[in-house]
Amino acid sequence: MSAGVEGESLDVLDSQDRARFEQLVLPHVDAAFNLSRWLMRGRADAEDVAQEAMLRAFRFFRGFHGGDARAWLLQIVRNTCYTWLEKNRSVDLTTEFDEELHPQTSVTPETLAIAGDNRERLTRALEELPPRFREVLVLRELEGCSYKEIAAITSAPIGTVMSALARARQRLQRVLTQPAAQRKQEAGREL
Amino acid sequence: MSCELTQTVLHGYLDGELDAARAADFERHLISCAACVAALEAHENLRSSLQRAGLYERAPLALREKLQAQLGAPARASVMPIRNPAPWRWLAVAATFLLAVFLGWRLLPLLRGNHGETALASAIVDAHLRSLQPGHLEDVQSSDQHTVKPWFDGKLDFAPPVHDFVNQGFPLQGGRLDVVHGRTVAVLVYARRKHLINVFVWPTTEPDSEPLSGSQLGYHWMDWRKAGMEMCAVSDVTPDDLSELQHLLMQ
Repeated sequence: MSAGVEGESLDVLDSQDRARFEQLVLPHVDAAFNLSRWLMRGRADAEDVAQEAMLRAFRFFRGFHGGDARAWLLQIVRNTCYTWLEKNRSVDLTTEFDEELHPQTSVTPETLAIAGDNRERLTRALEELPPRFREVLVLRELEGCSYKEIAAITSAPIGTVMSALARARQRLQRVLTQPAAQRKQEAGREL
Repeated sequence: MSCELTQTVLHGYLDGELDAARAADFERHLISCAACVAALEAHENLRSSLQRAGLYERAPLALREKLQAQLGAPARASVMPIRNPAPWRWLAVAATFLLAVFLGWRLLPLLRGNHGETALASAIVDAHLRSLQPGHLEDVQSSDQHTVKPWFDGKLDFAPPVHDFVNQGFPLQGGRLDVVHGRTVAVLVYARRKHLINVFVWPTTEPDSEPLSGSQLGYHWMDWRKAGMEMCAVSDVTPDDLSELQHLLMQ
């Protein structure tokens, strides 16, 4: 997918801009990869998409007028991911969030403790979340972004960021404390 | 038992995003709301599980190299088509060749002077990348300089200076041995917010020097010599952060 990008000339920045890009944007390549890995739900496509996003950032760099370079880059990464998903895996984006199907059960610290630090289990649970919830959690808990940064990256008001985080966390708690089969069964019954 | 604040303000509180007045209001609310207390604890547990599980995935080396190749060396002159070679094209080729020879002759001494430094920076950035692989960062994991320093004794023929700069925002994470250019060196690992900094230390007979810096594959490095020790710090933190640590290490 990056073949088209490689064919184009990347000679769009003079050496001064190029050096600024290396200083300000390139150090955030880990952040770019991490976000695309979680939005794409896997490393293979994430590498291609992160690469395309970095090249796109390079081409648009003249439009960056200072400020938070990481947030600026992550906004491009996010858009690149969604564009890719719409084209190749639109089913990923249309998964409905079934909050209405799952009335809030009370979550106790004890139930969560069962989940422990199991990396596999947490990975699966996170990947089960719809992308809009997954992204706020990844940006907040893994990338350490502030609400303001998340708002800039996702082009949403700060209040929306807070409520998205609230719903994402509650949903993740439920995924972790309820076995998948049981959740499906309940969803089926309530439909 | 439910409380509508568990859907809103509780998260702002958990994330440290409330202003002081609203945070105090919420703390007063916590005294009388069991639902919020339980939810806060559950979400705190979830957060620490997420952060402890090592879910952050760093960019693979292949991606960095691809980017370096694509961004670092732009294809300035496009390749000329071979078919139907017009005579002026040969002239252009000859001119390019002459220019290359001339530039080579003028620039070679300059590049040679710099070569040692660049090769060292490459070796150190590679070692930094290796260290980020799971389980490779520290041989001795401790934030206590009195644990880390004796650990190096007997493993090296020199004593690297070990200091914790937790109060200055660079907590010591530990140390390890590494090999750079065939020489065993000491490595001190510092954290800066969520980033890691590797400081490579080895003895030198060269005179003290001002810090030299550069960047490679998206990592910044800074190298300097003081009192018979050469140090090279490398990280993905900003050059300003790196220079702040350099000042602390120089003291």
